[in-house]
Amino acid sequence: MNPPLQLSHFSAAFFFALFASVVFGITHCDTTRDMVRYGLKCFFTFMGGVVVVGWIMWFLRR
Amino acid sequence: MANSTTGKTGAAGPPVTLMAVMAPVLGWLIPGAGHMAQRRWIRGGLLLASILGMAILGLLLQGRMYQPIGNDLLEVLGFVGDLGTGGLYLLGQAMGWGQAAPFTATADYGKIFIIAAGLLNFIAAADAYHIAIGKKP
Repeated sequence: MNPPLQLSHFSAAFFFALFASVVFGITHCDTTRDMVRYGLKCFFTFMGGVVVVGWIMWFLRR
Repeated sequence: MANSTTGKTGAAGPPVTLMAVMAPVLGWLIPGAGHMAQRRWIRGGLLLASILGMAILGLLLQGRMYQPIGNDLLEVLGFVGDLGTGGLYLLGQAMGWGQAAPFTATADYGKIFIIAAGLLNFIAAADAYHIAIGKKP
């Protein structure tokens, strides 16, 4: 049996943000331009949130 | 004053066409198929890749697939989320995927990935319906 796939927190968040942003972009806007813009906005919001919350948890741990 | 010839839906609601019924069902069964059936090939392909990619990644991470008979409310909600993946869930139940006892810390990510893929597929199926009734281009 193959060993299960292992992802770091960051790479898991990256793939989640990527896939979710594509779906949000396509389903929430009408034009291609708006879809791309909204998808990018969602992606960077997801990833920015990961970084911000990560730093908050780092400070809380100290 | 509302003009009935503009294509906007009035008090009678959206027109019930075969595509309005088939698009969300197809989209649920195979992610993106509801869009592809309406010749939105690129959108459908991206939805297929994203939703299927997320669900398969969840399975590779040893994510658990919830069973139809849940013991508590959270299990029932997890089942509803998993069910959103449509054909993949049915195939997974038939093949016994997502049933093995996880032995990695990241298996919990996998479970969430599968549920999220299902919920995203519900949104995509609703979008296919909106295209079918003319509410969205």
